[in-house]
Amino acid sequence: MQSNVQQFPPNRPEAAEAHSDHGHDHGHDDHGHHEHHEPGFWSKYIFSTDHKVIGIQYGLVSLSFMLFGFFLMVMMRWQIAHPGVPVPVIGPVLAALLGQPAAHGIISPELYNSFGAMHGTIMVFLGVVPLAFAAFGNYVVPLMIGAPDMTFPRINMASFHAFFLGGLVMLVSFFIPGGAAQAGWTSYSPLASTIPTDGQAFWLVGMVLLITSSLLGAVNFIATIIQLRTPGMTWMRLPFFVWAQFVTAFLLLLAFPPLEAAGLLQLMDNVAHTSFFLPTGLAVSGPVGQVSGGGSPLLWQHLFWFLGHPEVYVLILPAMGIVAEIIANNTRKPIWGYKSLVYAALVVGFLSFIVWAHHMYLTGMGQGIATFFQATTMIISIPSVVILTCMFLSLWGGSIRINTPMLFALGFLPMFGIGGLTGLPLGLAASDLYLHDTYYVIAHFHYVVAPGTIFALFAGVYFWFPKMTGRRMSEFWGRVHFWCSFTFMNLVFMPMFAQGIKGMLRRMSDGGVNYSAAKVPGVIDTLPGTVMELNTWILWAAVGLGIAQIPFIINLFWSISHGEKVKSDNPWHATTLDWQTPTPPPHGNFAHEPHVVRGPYDYSLPGEANDYTPQSETGGKSAH
Amino acid sequence: MSESEQPVDLKSYIRLCAVIFLVVLCTTSAMIAASFSDHLGSGWTGRVTVILGIAVINAFLVAGYLMHLLSEKKLVYTVLCFTVFFFIGLMGLTLWAMGNFPVGTINH
Amino acid sequence: MEIPYTVKNRPDTGIYNAKLGVWLFLASEVMLFGGLFSAYVLLRVGAQPGHWPHGWLDVRFGTVNTILLALSAITTLLAWAACKVREFGKFKFFHGCTILLALTFLGIKSYEYHDKWIHYEIQLKDGTFADGHLEEQDDKQVVLHGRIVKDEKDLYDLRAQKDIQLGEVKIDRANIVKMQNYGPWHNTFTAIYFTLTGLHALHILGGTLVIFYLWGPGSKMYKTDPERFTNRIEVSGLFWHFVDLVWIFLFPVLYLT
Ligand code: HEM
Ligand SMILES: [Cu+2]
Repeated sequence: MQSNVQQFPPNRPEAAEAHSDHGHDHGHDDHGHHEHHEPGFWSKYIFSTDHKVIGIQYGLVSLSFMLFGFFLMVMMRWQIAHPGVPVPVIGPVLAALLGQPAAHGIISPELYNSFGAMHGTIMVFLGVVPLAFAAFGNYVVPLMIGAPDMTFPRINMASFHAFFLGGLVMLVSFFIPGGAAQAGWTSYSPLASTIPTDGQAFWLVGMVLLITSSLLGAVNFIATIIQLRTPGMTWMRLPFFVWAQFVTAFLLLLAFPPLEAAGLLQLMDNVAHTSFFLPTGLAVSGPVGQVSGGGSPLLWQHLFWFLGHPEVYVLILPAMGIVAEIIANNTRKPIWGYKSLVYAALVVGFLSFIVWAHHMYLTGMGQGIATFFQATTMIISIPSVVILTCMFLSLWGGSIRINTPMLFALGFLPMFGIGGLTGLPLGLAASDLYLHDTYYVIAHFHYVVAPGTIFALFAGVYFWFPKMTGRRMSEFWGRVHFWCSFTFMNLVFMPMFAQGIKGMLRRMSDGGVNYSAAKVPGVIDTLPGTVMELNTWILWAAVGLGIAQIPFIINLFWSISHGEKVKSDNPWHATTLDWQTPTPPPHGNFAHEPHVVRGPYDYSLPGEANDYTPQSETGGKSAH
Repeated sequence: MSESEQPVDLKSYIRLCAVIFLVVLCTTSAMIAASFSDHLGSGWTGRVTVILGIAVINAFLVAGYLMHLLSEKKLVYTVLCFTVFFFIGLMGLTLWAMGNFPVGTINH
Repeated sequence: MEIPYTVKNRPDTGIYNAKLGVWLFLASEVMLFGGLFSAYVLLRVGAQPGHWPHGWLDVRFGTVNTILLALSAITTLLAWAACKVREFGKFKFFHGCTILLALTFLGIKSYEYHDKWIHYEIQLKDGTFADGHLEEQDDKQVVLHGRIVKDEKDLYDLRAQKDIQLGEVKIDRANIVKMQNYGPWHNTFTAIYFTLTGLHALHILGGTLVIFYLWGPGSKMYKTDPERFTNRIEVSGLFWHFVDLVWIFLFPVLYLT
């Protein structure tokens, strides 16, 4: 590699030629800008090593998975609202596809459990993480830091392929005898090892692939952010989005491996009949099972939640990053408290490794350990509040520009606020003992991830779409999408708080009918009829939410070819480097290596002609 | 070390390696001796401590000299420090939780 | 398009990309094996008193394998140093040694696995237990090279029993309640033993494949871009040293205590 490493020669023919001679880490896909050889479909779209193509691959696949996970949930909501009644329209299809578990189009309890487990798994590991981290991260991070690509482009491609394979394994498991995993997204042992289906083994293999994928991604992101920042892009000039992705990558890097370890152990339990998580004398519906015993079910829970809690920050931090960018851009002023945001994100990342056992208060833990985890849980809520507060304060005094991305970003703020605040009672053992495993928990974390994270992700799609395609998405349909989603989201999740507080448990395939009919004086109280009626209410709100996504889907695909063309490379008049590239950015991204001279949010600098000053713009005064 | 601070000299590396190998032989023998010795009491606790202590010396040699960790950059240290901290948290807190039950309950 | 710092160090961090990458990867490996070691500790601490096995593994094999890996770690370092001073012949020699050492390690490991595989514990109808290596078996009887104990507990701590007499044990099939070999399913010790050493052996295998590639077909790069090739040797060496590091703890934890 004789050439000067500081050059950015996206269009330099010699560089492309040099690739094919010796196998570089990043060869093979020099496409686009050569007239002589136009690469085929496969090398351009499937085996691409370009971070932008990989980002879009991740984006499309994860959006599809999210839609699929949502469909699973709508069918479950039908079953909850009308237990034992065939699912209209989709029922016969289900019966044809899945056979016995969906006989007559009715969702059997086993199928309900499969759908529930897979809804959680798909939404978290195949939907939100790949969209928030892998898709937006891949597309935007190298652009924002002024890099030509990720540090390890071929590993980047391998990461996507591992992800895709993992998703495929999960999907295939629906069709094996016995069906997909049924032990919840948490896969607690011994339940996970005693349900008679191989779905759990598929789940574990799928998870190992997904973990491998995020591991490769995490290494790549961290190395890219550390090594490929363009000259002048110091740490405190990084846009907050990059910081958020940086912390997220560390969470994935260090929190996922213990779950991988646990997954391997559970796989041994299920396939090689070991007893890592199976206690001595385990009896499964009758006789004591033929296992050696001596294992510890709580060990699984510890290893699972060691990932599980950092995972919630993996879901939320990239979303906060997106919202910060969009708020700064649309308030036309610097984000309030940039440094506090950065430090808060770092502290959240650090602390998220030592709060995990707040998911386990009900396992009979002692006072000492419970106190420790309550303390850390309360402490970690402080930096989360700092982040949210900074964003609210950023709105103050701005000349706010309302557009679809901004609407979604603004929607994120109160929704995440509700989600976060309702987490506090769950972090305190005394109140969690009552609320644990009720619909209150479901409502809590869905406010964080559904109207929270997913709104931020929608905001991101509307925001960066013009960079990706050179066209805008329809503003009108964007607003329709926002207001309908906003309304239905709240109609779906708000009633769940009430149901949970009344004592309705999660993971019940009849939605609590049996439970509400049981009446043991002084021990169990019936659930009031109103609580049951809310199930019907939620069903139709969920259907509405589904319908509200139709404008989005049509808008997304229609705008690729028919949207209004952008007039410049920087249609939102943004300051960060991702808008300083050609549109869409070519392979190698920048026409000239950018030199950064200022902080990320120099909006409305006094004395400047424009109300935005890009990071690479020399001249004028620098705010930082 | 792509642009090594001092030029590499193969002879001195061979000497270093010979020393390390001798030390590894000694520590391994010491571990085995500790494992079978009668002087470390009858229980396993003391024995395990001594043996793992010796293993740490071994690990230090490999990490410090063979992996060049002793002359590595601050960036690498930082990453590893966090990693070790989280590892200790994982093992320590889990062990603590497993040993800490309300009075009167039976675990396992 | 060129990615910066694939060969040269970035001035402010002082390292090149792949080196940072491999250290990050190793950090995650620390957490992976950290999780498994935590599981080991918990299973051991949580075992019923007197039920954790001692002396089940042959220390001689473990010792030889420890020395083999230590040697291979050293040849790996020397292979890198040889590349660094551009002595290609020596590089070939040292990494050739690494590969042979690694294969010998795997050979010994498989022998040990096999030894556990043919080791049976047989519960008899009279309440005693036969235990030993399977010599032969047919429809009527099973022949072990081993012994019979009154209490299953006597099979756990072999270190505590000084004079264990092994001999030929013939067992009528009709007397057998349960017959099980020392596979992973046998108890939590064999389970964690097979899992930990199995995962470690997979790492050895993967490392050997990479080193073999760099030693054979991949070494073509030495001619075109020796510095970059040397970096590859360094990075793969770091991984190899880490695998050795894991073994340094596996050996005492499984064989010596
Ligand atoms: C930031 C995004 C967050 C996400 C994605 C999230 C997600 C979740 C999830 C998936 C559960 C699972 C409960 C179960 O399976 O039983 C949960 C429970 C819990 N969350 Fe959150 N959460 C978030 C924020 C918070 C915050 C800010 C706190 C408190 C400071 C918190 C405290 C808890 C606690 C203590 C539980 C355990 C409740 C129980 O097991 O009963 N979470 N959350
Ligand atoms: Cu948590």
